Amino acid sequence: MNLESIPLQAFLIVSSALFCIGIWGLLNSRNAVRVLMSIELMLNAVNINLMAFSSYIDNNLIQGQVFTIFVITVAAAEAAVGLAILLSLYRNRVTVDMESFNLLKW
Amino acid sequence: MSIAITTQFICFTVLSLVVIIGALGVVLLESIVYSAFLLGGVFMSVAGLYLLLNASFVAAAQVLVYVGAVNVLIIFAIMLVNKKEDLKPIDDIKSRRVISTSICLTLLSLLIRVDLTNVWSLSSPQNSIGEESTIRIGEHLFSDYLLPFEVASVLLLMAMIGAIVLARRDVMSKDISTGLPVDQELIEKSSEPLLTNKN
Repeated sequence: MNLESIPLQAFLIVSSALFCIGIWGLLNSRNAVRVLMSIELMLNAVNINLMAFSSYIDNNLIQGQVFTIFVITVAAAEAAVGLAILLSLYRNRVTVDMESFNLLKW
Repeated sequence: MSIAITTQFICFTVLSLVVIIGALGVVLLESIVYSAFLLGGVFMSVAGLYLLLNASFVAAAQVLVYVGAVNVLIIFAIMLVNKKEDLKPIDDIKSRRVISTSICLTLLSLLIRVDLTNVWSLSSPQNSIGEESTIRIGEHLFSDYLLPFEVASVLLLMAMIGAIVLARRDVMSKDISTGLPVDQELIEKSSEPLLTNKN
C-alpha cells in the first residue's frame, strides 16, 4: 500500500458511521436528553463531511470550513433551546421518558 | 511511506476508533451520565480529525463550543432532570428495535457504497493553505458570507431569549389573573403534574 495521504473516503466512512449511530440513538432512546445527544452526534457527522470536502476538493477557498462554523453556531442555539424545552416539559410531566410525551398523538 | 504519513495514519485510526466507539457508547450505555462524558470525548476526537484536515481554527471552535458549552449544558440538564424512574415497558419493543436497526444498517451500507464508488474530483496537488485558513475564514465571513454571519448573531440572540423564557421559573409573588399568592416551592416537588396521562 503506497498512499500519499489519508484518502477522502476514510473521512466519509467515519462520518457515515457516526451519522447512522446518531439516527439509531434518535429512534431508540427513551431518555429525552439522549435524543438531544444523538442530534449533536448527527450534526458532528455532517461537520466532518463538510471539513473533509473543504480540505480535499476546495482547499483554496475552504468554504466548507465557513459552513462548519455556521453549523456549530446553529447547533449551539439548538442545544440551548432544546434543553430549555426539555426542562419545561419535565416541569409539566415530571418525566423525561419520550413515550410519555404523547400530547400531539391522535 | 514516510514517517509523517505513517503518523497521520496512526492518528486518524485512533481518532476515528474513538469517535465510533464513543458514539456507540453514547447511544448504548445505560447510565446517561457516562453517555454525556463519552459525548465530550467524541467531540474532542472530532476536533482532532479537524486538526488532521489542516483546520486549526475550526478545531478550536469545536472544542470551545461543543466541549465547553454544549456538553456542559447537557451535563447541567442531566443534573436537573436526573430522577430515577422505572420506564413503562413497551409491548412491541422488539419489532421497533429490529426495524430501526435494519433501517440504520441499510442507510449505512448505501452511504458507504456512495463513498467508495463515486469518483471524487480531488484537486490535483494537495497544496493546503494550512495556517492561512484562519485568515481565509475571516475574509469569507466579512465579504461573501457577511449576511449569514449577521443573521447568525440574530439567531443566537433569539435562542438566548427563547431559552430564558422557556426555562425560567415563575417568580411573581401574585398570580396576575386571580390575585392569589403564587406557590414558590419547587414545582417538581409541590404540585401535581399539569398534563396527566389520560389513559
